[in-house]
Formats: sequence, structure tokens, C-alpha cells
Amino acid sequence: MTTTITPPEPKTSSPISNSLTAGKLPNQAPWMVLGASLLVSAALFGMLALTGGEFDWAGMFVVAALVYVVTITTVSRVVEGPRKAMDRFVTALVTGAFIVAMIPLVSLTITVVTFGLNRFDVEFFTYSMRNITGEGGGAVHAIVGTLLMTGTAALISIPIGLMTSIYLVEYGRGRLARGITFLVDVMTGIPSIVAGLFAYALFAIFWGPGTRTGIAGAVALAVLMIPVVVRSSEEMLRLVPVELREAAYALGVPKWLTIVKVVLPTSIAGITTGIMLSIARVIGETAPLLIAAGFTNSLNYDMTEGRMSSLPVFVYTQYANQGNPPEAYLDRAWAAALTLILIVMALNLIARLVARFFAPKYGR
Amino acid sequence: MSKRIEVKDLNVYYSKFLAVEGVSLEIEPRSVTAFIGPSGCGKSTFLRTLNRMHEVIPGARVEGEVLIDGNNLYDPEVDPVLVRRQVGMVFQRPNPFPTMSIKENVLAGVKLNNKRISRSDADDLVEKSLQGANLWNEVKDRLDRPGSGLSGGQQQRLCIARAIAVSPEVILMDEPCSALDPISTLAIEDLIEELKQEYTIVIVTHNMQQASRVSDKTAFFNIAGTGKPGKLIEYDETTTIFSNPSEKATEDYVSGRFG
Amino acid sequence: MTTAAAPIRAKQRPGDRVFSKSAVFAGSMILVTLAAVATFLIVQSIPALFADSEDASILDTNFWAYVGPLVFGTIWAAALALLIALPISIGIALFISHYAPRRLASALGYIVDLLAAVPSVVFGLWGIGVLAPAVQPVYSWLVDNLGWFPLFAGPVSGTGRTILTAALVLAVMIIPIITAISREVFLQTPVLHEEAALALGATRWEMIRTAVLPFGRPGIISAAVLGLGRALGETMAVAMVLSATGAVTFQLLTSVNPSTIAANIALSFPEAYGINVNVLIATGLILFIVTFAVNAIARWIVARRAEFSGAN
Repeated sequence: MTTTITPPEPKTSSPISNSLTAGKLPNQAPWMVLGASLLVSAALFGMLALTGGEFDWAGMFVVAALVYVVTITTVSRVVEGPRKAMDRFVTALVTGAFIVAMIPLVSLTITVVTFGLNRFDVEFFTYSMRNITGEGGGAVHAIVGTLLMTGTAALISIPIGLMTSIYLVEYGRGRLARGITFLVDVMTGIPSIVAGLFAYALFAIFWGPGTRTGIAGAVALAVLMIPVVVRSSEEMLRLVPVELREAAYALGVPKWLTIVKVVLPTSIAGITTGIMLSIARVIGETAPLLIAAGFTNSLNYDMTEGRMSSLPVFVYTQYANQGNPPEAYLDRAWAAALTLILIVMALNLIARLVARFFAPKYGR
Repeated sequence: MSKRIEVKDLNVYYSKFLAVEGVSLEIEPRSVTAFIGPSGCGKSTFLRTLNRMHEVIPGARVEGEVLIDGNNLYDPEVDPVLVRRQVGMVFQRPNPFPTMSIKENVLAGVKLNNKRISRSDADDLVEKSLQGANLWNEVKDRLDRPGSGLSGGQQQRLCIARAIAVSPEVILMDEPCSALDPISTLAIEDLIEELKQEYTIVIVTHNMQQASRVSDKTAFFNIAGTGKPGKLIEYDETTTIFSNPSEKATEDYVSGRFG
Repeated sequence: MTTAAAPIRAKQRPGDRVFSKSAVFAGSMILVTLAAVATFLIVQSIPALFADSEDASILDTNFWAYVGPLVFGTIWAAALALLIALPISIGIALFISHYAPRRLASALGYIVDLLAAVPSVVFGLWGIGVLAPAVQPVYSWLVDNLGWFPLFAGPVSGTGRTILTAALVLAVMIIPIITAISREVFLQTPVLHEEAALALGATRWEMIRTAVLPFGRPGIISAAVLGLGRALGETMAVAMVLSATGAVTFQLLTSVNPSTIAANIALSFPEAYGINVNVLIATGLILFIVTFAVNAIARWIVARRAEFSGAN
């Protein structure tokens, strides 16, 4: 924006056919400027590449973006005036912010898929890491552990979370309800590692210090999951119109049957979505499981005895304790990361589909 | 299948606020009674006390007696759930259960109470109730479609069918036509005319023509000002209320000179 | 007349009683859980607070000297992450709510939400494997050319695993959180206000500045604080990406970096024994208190907004 401030010139070039289009850049102008910026930047970096070194793609795009922002603002200021120039400047910035945010997502996806596919094979899903050093082996023990611990956490969290939300929406009045709402908020903010420490300390009392078991991991996950389930279910239950409850009461249906047979079925799609999203959230938790459940190289189906591995912890330990050759360990880490992401994405996708297709239609 | 309602000196409170004061009236069986009055005068609130639906609203409570065939609704031993099975209700906006089909909606009162009912009995009940609500011919081919797919007037008649399927003695209607178009309104009014052969009907309405068309007796409620309790001003034969009321306020209201 | 002044209590049926009791029980479980979390953390922390280097091998002098740099690192990393994430998030939220074509908007929102679903350990792996090598040349350039600026002082880290990289990863992780909340708030801007601005001949930016941003400010603030809370507690990404020495320094690009509480627990806990465990749990308690305070501020802002917005 280093232009001299000139008042918008009266149109001199093309004959004015519509006075409302006067003093305005043509619609394609931003695209033309963008193309020109890319060309200029490419030429610049091309010359740099000729003098030595390789072509710097990242630098090229950064410079092109800067050139674009400066040019479009300047041109707009000259032709359309400062107000419109500001508008174009902000539009460029806002769009830029979105593109910048897409970079990590795209980069992450490409990396996880390319590295992950190296070991995304049958052996990976049929072998544990028992007695394996170097290449080979798999993550079946971690997958089993993740399913067991997340499943147990869900078994603990869903009844407590759902009943709590029913309490808050249908019964809760006065101090206890306000207190619980507040505490759910506090619980939402518990850092995941603190949940792990809690579960560890809790089970250290019963089984002595240093014990790490699957059930401790599940408790840690449940602490993180309950507030999410409460929040989302509460929101969904509040969406059920009061008229439906009244209709049931007026038919002589007791309150609890009204809740079970009218309120819950009406909101079940939303509640399911919320629960699946909360599972997707805790299934990727690493820190609490690292602390509460530890890690192991063997299959362990017993929640109450011995350490239990999980996919996220597997990713971490494969990276952190690299052996020889390191590539074998990194490949396993990436393959586990890919598996984890696929599970999380599948849960997300199913959750959204449930919300989309099973939500009741109120017909109003 | 129809009962007499006696109300003795009833006060209704929302927490501390006295919403309706000192209402006493008697409603004859097999008749249609209309409650009219300006907005906020407590007629809907009063209507809800006739089947204890006001208890759904936090803080609402009553003093006084409501007797149905001599039994006090507000006796401490009375279960409100059982009261509501005898005194059904139809609401302002049609509210079929969105998760249920037309058939399930009609059977809702039975099914939701975990009662077993044989298939043929259920089919009979559905047909009888829907015919009672003048809806059978319109929906008999799509009983398994969702109830929310019907038009507003059909939905309201479905709600009436749902209410009569539990065979109540009394049906309360809280402005049942206010969300409907004139044609649907007419259908509901015809239906009320037929239902009164079997049920005691109490209807709240803002529409004075409607009250004069459908009701045998009319109660006029009024409110002295905001923050004041609503009161029953006059209760008489509908023809008397609309042609020759004894109170000035009633005359002003029914003749549209209310202010 | 058998009038009863007190509200007549509905006679409860057995089903109702069982159901409402279990609902109350479930609600009380939350109370119990949280009380248990607090109690266990406090009880386990007490031995650590008075320990010295003889009791616990990871302490140099005493507990407070140990936890001080960690608290600094935690707040410094989270603050940097927020500084990076906030403008970008507002930009994305505006892009989705007011710039992108209507049909694309919800799909774009979904894509940003996908970022939130990525597990932190994967971010950690990506941070080391991709981000750190990618930004290292930029760091070198910054140190060479802008080294006079205190934050960019050298010598540059050879791996790129500095506090700034950790903050970048954290920023990527909290962007979807801040974006989601800001987007919701922007979309709730009263259409009347927006149309009033447009009808006066405002450009899109002027409309946003006069109608959308003032309306959304409290929402943005609370979103930012929630993002900050998340960044404070984030563990694995920092533990993996950051190569920490435990120093207290503001320099962003060197190989001398402070650690964070959460990352330090994750790295030290698996090998900890005896009082060391208590020390680590005590640092966890402090982290809990810090995040609690941050979340309390966010809630307070949200509550104040509810009062002033006039919307119920």
C-alpha cells in the first residue's frame, strides 16, 4: 500500500455503457492479478534457481501471495478508492488465512498416507510386537487394547453421562443442578494428562504403586469422556419440544416412561452423534494411557491384570524407542497413525451420517 | 363415558404470583364449554388445572378443589397420571410424536404405558379412534407413514384421535384451531359437535365466533391489569353470553368494544 | 374446604422413583469423580511440596525451583500458540461465515473440524517428521538476518525442534477449536444489523467491522481462552516435538528451550519411582489449577455476554 493517494479517475478508456459499473474493476480482475502475481514470482524464483540451487516452491507461493495482496490493494485504491481497496485487502487476508490453515491438513494427510502405507499390510494387523526386534511385527495388541479400553470407557461414560444429562434437563432444579453444570464445565477443562495421573493414583491405592492396567486407562478415558457426553446429550435433550412431553403427560404417561419412550427416541440421533464424537475424541488420547495403562509388546485381554498397549501409545513408543533399523520402527509408527486416523475419521463420518439421516422431522 | 366437573374456589399460583383467583363453576357432562377472554387472563392456566397439567410448569400450584363426579383431583392420594388418563388434552399446536407412524401415534397412550394389546384389538382401536376424529378416510392407506407428514389440520385431528384412544371422560382443548387454516378449523368444529355425544368437552378459544358456534355454555375470563390475577367474570348459556350478558365487561368484550 | 397451601406433591410411582433416583445418582457421580480427582492429586502432591533433592532424584534444590521453569514453559508455549492461532482462526471463521459461497461453507467447516479430530500423537509425529525439518531453514535465515531481535537470537537449532515449532504445532491443534466457536458466533450475528450496514452502502469489510465483529467480540475472546486452555494441557505433541533443556528463556529458535508441565510428566513418568512420582503428580496439580483458572475466565466472559446480549 505504498501508493500515492489519487482520487479515483473518471473512466477514460472503454465507453461507459452502464453508469453503475463505472469506477469498478471488472469481475475477473482479482483472478488476472493473481495469475500475474504467480507469473512474476515464478519468474523471480526461476532466475534464482538458475543461478544455483533448486526451485523453491514454498517461497514462490509466499512471494506470489504477497505480490497479489499488494497489487490488488494498490490497483483497487487507484481505480475504486480506499474503501473498496480495504475491502479487497481484507478479502485477500481472510482467504489467505483459510489457505494457510489448509496447508497443515493437506501436508498431514499426505505424510500419514504415504508413510503409513509402507507397513499397512496383513502382518501389521495380525502380529503383536512380542519377541520382535527390528523389522516385521504388528500392532494387533495395540488395536485390541484400544478397543478394550475405549469400549470400557464408553461403558462407564455413556450411562453416567446420559443419566446426568437427563437429570439436568428433566429433573434438575436448584443448587444441585447448578453445581453439577458447573462441575461438568470444570471437568471439560481437565487436561488429559491430569486424568491419567488421577487414574494412576486411584489404582495405586488398590494394587500398590507402579501398577498400570487396562482398567486404569479406561477410567482415565472415562473422566475425559463423561463431560463431553453430558454436554452433547444435554443439548440434544433440550431440543426436544416441550409440546411432545406435554402430549405424553396428557395421555396419562408417567414421567419416566415419557422420557424413555418419547424424549429419548426423539433425540436419539443427536445423542448417538455426540457419543460417537466423544469416542472419536478419546480414542486418540495418548498421555493418559501412557501413564495409567503403560505399554507392552504382547497381547493382553485382561483389563485388570498387567499393562495394556493402545494405538496412540504404540505410535509414541515406536517413535520414542527406536531400535535397529530405525526405519522399521518409524514405519510401524506411521502405519499405526494411519490406522488411528482412519478409525477416528470413520467414527466422525458415521456420527455425521447418523445425525443427517436419523434426525426426526418435526414437520413444521 | 362422560363426567361432570365441579370447581370450587380455585386459586392458581406461579410460585408467589397469583395467576387465577377464586374460580367456581360447574360443567355438565356431554356438553361443550368454551372459555373466552383476552390474552393472559388465565383461561389456559385454568384449563390445565382440570387435569393437573399445570404441574409440568415449575412452580405452578393450586388452592381449592376440582371435583370430577365428586372425586377431588387434588386429594393428596391422587395420582396425576391417572387423572390425565381420564381427562385428555389437545394442545394449541398439533404435536404428533415425530418418531412414530400415524398408527403408533394413535396407539401412543396405550403403548407408552407398556400395556399389551393384541394386534386385532389395536387395529380396531386405531380405526375407531381415527373415525371418531374424522380422519380415517384420509389416512387409512398410509397408517405406517410418519404423523408429521400430514397437514396441520390433519395433525390436529390425529392428536384428537390420540386423545380419545385412551377413552377419557373429558377432553380439554387449548385453542386447538389457532394454528390452523379456516377449512381445517371447520373440520375440527364439526368434530367437536360429534364428540360431545360421548365426551365432556372444554375448549379455550380466542375466536368468539367459534365459541358461539360450538359451545353450549361459555365462561368469560378477564384480567384487571398486568400483574393482577385473572378472574371468572361471567358463566352462562352461550346464547345468553353473546346476546344478553349481565356484566358490562362481558358485553364490551363480545361486542368487540373491549379496551 | 380441604385446601392445601403447600404445593400438592405428585404421588410418585415406583418407576418414576427408580428413574429419578438413578438420574440424581449419575449426576452425583460427577461430583464424586471431581472430588476424587482433586483429593487424589492433593494427597499425592503433599509429600512432593516439602521434598528436596535427597528425597527425590529429579529435584535439584526444592519443588518450587523445579516447577517454576515448567510453568513458564507451559504458559510461554501456549501464549505463542494462541498468538499464531487467533488471527488465522478469525480469518478462517470469517471466510466460512461471510466470504465462502453458501453451498461450500458447511463443507469447509467440516474440513476444518477434521483437523480437530486428528490425535495429538499424530501431530507430534508430523511435527518432528515434516514441520521441524521444513521450518529449520527459515529459522536459520531469521537468525542470520534478524538475529539482532532478541527473540530470534542465535545460535540456531540444527533440528528445528524449538519452542516455536512446538507452538506452531499447538497452534494447528487449537485453530479448529477457536474457528468452530468464532464461526458459530459470527453466524449468529443478527441479520438485521448486517443488512442495515449493507443498505447504507457499506462494503463487505465495513459491514463485518461494524456489525459482525462487535457482536462476536465476547465470543472470540472466550474461544481464544478455551483454545489457550487446550494448549496449556496439550501433552504428546509438545513432548515429541520439543527438544527441551528446562531453561527459562524467551529465545524462539535455539536448541535451549523450556519444557512444559504436561510434556515433562509424559516424558518422565514412565521411569519415575518413589517421591519422583509425587513430584510429577504435584506438577500435574499445578497444571490443573492453571487450566481451571483459564477456563473459569472463559466461562465468566461467556456468562457476562449472555447477560448483555439480551438473548435468552
